[in-house]
Amino acid sequence: MAQNTHIRPKYNVRGRGGGSGPPIVGRIGEKSKDFKGTLQKILCYIKPQYKGLATVFAFALLGTVFSIAAPKLIGMGVDHLFPRVDFGYIGKILLLLLVLYLLASLFSYIQEYTMAGVAQRIIQRMRNDVAEKLQHLPLQFYDTRTHGEILSRVTNDIDTISTSFQQSLLQLVTAIFTLFGVTVMMMTLSLWLSLLTFLVLPLGVGLTAFIAKKSHTFYAGQQRALGRLNGHAEEMYGGHKVVRAFHYEAASIEEFNATNQQLYAFGWKAQFVSSVIFPLFNFLGNLAFMAICIVGGFLAVTGRMTLGNIQSFITYSRQFNQPISQVANITNILQSTLAAAERVFEILEETEESPDPVAPKEIDHPKGEIVFDHIKFRYDPDQPLIEDISLSIKPGDIVAIVGPTGAGKTTLVNLLMRFYELSGGRITIDGVDITQMKRKYLHRLFGMVLQDTWLFKGTIRENILYGWGDATEEELLNAADTALANPFIRALPDGYDTVINEEANNISEGQKQLLTIARAILINPSVLILDEATSSVDTRTELLIHRAMTEVMKGRTSFVIAHRLSTIRHADRILVMNKGCLVEQGTHAELLEKEGFYARLYNSQFAT
Amino acid sequence: MIFKYLKPFRFFILLTLTLLFVQVVTDLLLPAFMARIVNQGIALHDTSVIFRYGLRMLGVALGGIACSVIGGFFASRTATGFGRELRSGLFTHISHFALEEFNRLGTSSLITRTTNDVQQVQFTVFMAQRVMMRSPLIFVGAIVMAVHTDRHLSLMLLAFLPIVVFLVFFISKRSLPLFRSMQKKIDALNLVLREHLSGIRIIRAFSRVGYEKRRFAAANRQLMEHALRANRLLALLGPGTMLIMNVLIIVIIWASSSRIDAGTLQIGDMMAFIQYAMQIFMSLMMMTMIFVLLPRAMASSERINAVFAQQPTVSDPDHPVTPTQITGNLTFDDVTFRYQQAENPSLQHISFRACPGETIAVIGGTGAGKSALLDLILRYYDVERGAILLDGQNIRQFSQETLRAHIAYVPQHTVLFSGTIYDNIRKGKQDATDEEVRHACAIAQASEFIEQMPDGYDSEIAQGGKNLSGGEKQRLSIARALVRKPKIYLFDDCFSALDYHTDARLRMALKEETITSTVLVVAQRVSSIMHADRILVMDQGRITGIGTHDQLLQTNDIYKEIVHSQLTEDEIA
Repeated sequence: MAQNTHIRPKYNVRGRGGGSGPPIVGRIGEKSKDFKGTLQKILCYIKPQYKGLATVFAFALLGTVFSIAAPKLIGMGVDHLFPRVDFGYIGKILLLLLVLYLLASLFSYIQEYTMAGVAQRIIQRMRNDVAEKLQHLPLQFYDTRTHGEILSRVTNDIDTISTSFQQSLLQLVTAIFTLFGVTVMMMTLSLWLSLLTFLVLPLGVGLTAFIAKKSHTFYAGQQRALGRLNGHAEEMYGGHKVVRAFHYEAASIEEFNATNQQLYAFGWKAQFVSSVIFPLFNFLGNLAFMAICIVGGFLAVTGRMTLGNIQSFITYSRQFNQPISQVANITNILQSTLAAAERVFEILEETEESPDPVAPKEIDHPKGEIVFDHIKFRYDPDQPLIEDISLSIKPGDIVAIVGPTGAGKTTLVNLLMRFYELSGGRITIDGVDITQMKRKYLHRLFGMVLQDTWLFKGTIRENILYGWGDATEEELLNAADTALANPFIRALPDGYDTVINEEANNISEGQKQLLTIARAILINPSVLILDEATSSVDTRTELLIHRAMTEVMKGRTSFVIAHRLSTIRHADRILVMNKGCLVEQGTHAELLEKEGFYARLYNSQFAT
Repeated sequence: MIFKYLKPFRFFILLTLTLLFVQVVTDLLLPAFMARIVNQGIALHDTSVIFRYGLRMLGVALGGIACSVIGGFFASRTATGFGRELRSGLFTHISHFALEEFNRLGTSSLITRTTNDVQQVQFTVFMAQRVMMRSPLIFVGAIVMAVHTDRHLSLMLLAFLPIVVFLVFFISKRSLPLFRSMQKKIDALNLVLREHLSGIRIIRAFSRVGYEKRRFAAANRQLMEHALRANRLLALLGPGTMLIMNVLIIVIIWASSSRIDAGTLQIGDMMAFIQYAMQIFMSLMMMTMIFVLLPRAMASSERINAVFAQQPTVSDPDHPVTPTQITGNLTFDDVTFRYQQAENPSLQHISFRACPGETIAVIGGTGAGKSALLDLILRYYDVERGAILLDGQNIRQFSQETLRAHIAYVPQHTVLFSGTIYDNIRKGKQDATDEEVRHACAIAQASEFIEQMPDGYDSEIAQGGKNLSGGEKQRLSIARALVRKPKIYLFDDCFSALDYHTDARLRMALKEETITSTVLVVAQRVSSIMHADRILVMDQGRITGIGTHDQLLQTNDIYKEIVHSQLTEDEIA
């Protein structure tokens, strides 16, 4: 009769949260560094979902009880088929079974349904937490990591965790319940047959351990080769122009093929070893089944066990083997889940920016008087980035900062905006220490235009309004007008409602820059920062932008970082920086007269 | 198209399928043997039958596992080998792309296609040999065996099968679009995040942290809602199928009991029949996997095929010219060029000559066509009309390799590769001696900072040159070109990240080095090029003037504008 009435589907139809990579296969073979710690942190996320989880567990328990009761009932039915059929009894049993199966399926549906909610809520919270965290991490964090690295943690890693919650957790719970219940049932049916079944157990466990160990080496090797291969493809495709210019294709292909061959060598072994697990377990199951058939047959013939009990026992032995074969797979998945979770928690545990002051100060009528008082800054204690700079800047001044790459020009304005924390000294605006203001308030004082014209996917209107969501239409138009952006926007087919696409390549670089200027003007800042704002446009466009800027800079303290010295000749003061120090300052004429660093920089334009 | 890469493995595949067939037969035989044990052994109290058939079952099961393991071996080698060949073919194909094809497909998309998509197809090829082919075989085989075991009970199967088939198709059909739109939600979430990462300074400066947070939370909630709907729909599949199967079993037992009583059906046969019924159901459920895997694999293989379908737009001639010596006379003869599918040409009627010993500068606004000019000399693209001649020969008559061997090119966007500084410079000339490398670096003004690095020329460069400043990267990129000592130098606005100091020294050193070569310099800075032998002023794809700095100042309005935007009156003179 039915040998395995309750089989959970072993495959995986549930879509992974995302990506189109092969299910699981990719990341197996990773191990978490701090197993216990990570597990505890995951538990923190699971905890609020205790109601849903309790439901899942309760129904899983009930479902397991039913699935364990069923074979016994069938066995009892079989005993009444033989030698004469007892229709009344069998009818009753079958009816009971029907009810049992109905409930079991219902429970199982409830479990999966609830689990979907639990898993998705956990994941949603985790994603939001990471996003929230990203808002509070200091700029340093972003300087030291690639975008791809951060992105992969928020998407791929959280996705791995999501899939794992959705499937493996439930599987694990049911497996444990089933294993326990089935063991009890088998022992009550026949001690001898139970012992026979358990004999297969160490074989199975040993086999799993062996295969897991083997496959770990192969998977790790495969992962390494794949990583190298991806890296190589990324580099070569990224540098395609250069590869072709220097006729490096052949060497590049050769290198690719060598790594590809390594990937193959590890890959097919990993694939093979993992493909063997299932048939082997199946075989072990069959082995136990045959042993039970033979020994049970003898027991039945000699009258020491009924046919029905043998039938039930056979089903139980199948149910017993199945969770064990799953455990191998589940532990693999759980391990990669933990490794993924660990990477996510690493982000969540990064040190945040220092909190805003408890009693923040505000400036009544910001004028834009700025004082740097012996400021020092270093990322890493051995590498000074800013060394003891003192300055005081009058309201309305235009201050240019020049110097070679790596001189610390951008760092200086980043410190002013408190993107980084000073290692020494202090910065005040209108006499108020910037650390005594709320960051949000501080940032409101500044309008910033960067070389990298950052626009997002949305209309031109949305992009300009970015700084000031509740500005009126008039203010919007005024800002665009001042930025000299109005004419070109009007010329676009949809005017202010033109959508800037993802790559922002439907308007020119110079036009983009004008938009970012309008965006900065709209918030009516007291201090303006232009960080290489015109470096990526040609000089004629630059002239246009400068014309727009002169208008904007009137009455505001402005910092202009520039590469092209021609653009800053008219600044009220030029700060010349080199290697984190302020080496000279003064007007263009004064500095030329000095015949120092600035004069050398400036004159080298005309050396031949 | 990609399946031609399976061809070398056809014998393996044949073998795997044969083994699979044998394995399926063994799977189908086991219940039949069990029926014998019950009917002839247990029922008739004949222990010898039990023993005999028990041993046969063992033999059959052993045969099954052997087939499975050997099949797994060949299937793994086939799938992984196929992946290797496909990947290698794809990479080689892409390596010979001209820029047109690259622009069309996009670098990041090409990377995903070479890695993820191939991996996906490879995985599907494996699953096809193991699971997808097995399920239909088992399905058909089990039906045959079921009918063979008992015709009357088979009628019941006929009643239940449509229900489960309907359920499976219903859920698959409803959930697939859900999963597809879920992918879109994920992309939307990624977009928000990518924008956040690239705009972090602006976001903070404009105090839009809260706004960004809400944008992310909204995208996140949408994704969650979709995932929930999809997963809840799928939650029906398992329990639903199980229920149908279990009800079927109950019905079978009920229907059998009277026939067993009447002696027209043997207990063993009923047990075997139930097993076949379960095998049929299981194979059906396994087949849903085909619905999940196949569309993904199809999408991936389409994406890969799209790459193969791109034939390089620039190709070598059948009988390339191989000149013994190149002097470096470069002529543009009425060249017009447009990017494919572009409405307007990027270059129109360009004619000029450049001779050895000359430095020609190209200046103009963004989008004037300066870079396109250099790209054409390298044959990254082919001209639409007119011709480019090298020493009087159309450059299309050389092989691309021969042509490029005489050119040193420094691109606008610096590209360095992971490896040491030596490795990187030697990309320019593979057999360059240490002496040559050092010389090139000295001229490129790179020796100073290289020697300050802890390992000097053996210092490792991180991927993309992340451990170097922009100016340092540019200087290495220039050194890599210089080490070739070619006849033609092409510099595409590659001095922009250098401070004026270094720029000036570099230009001075270059002058000596390139004394017998043809040099083309694209630049934005007037000061970098005002001493060139001739300056080409470009505007919107046309040459508006050719001449020296002084000549152009007199005659060319655009040049005048450019100059006035950069230099003061007394500097111009």
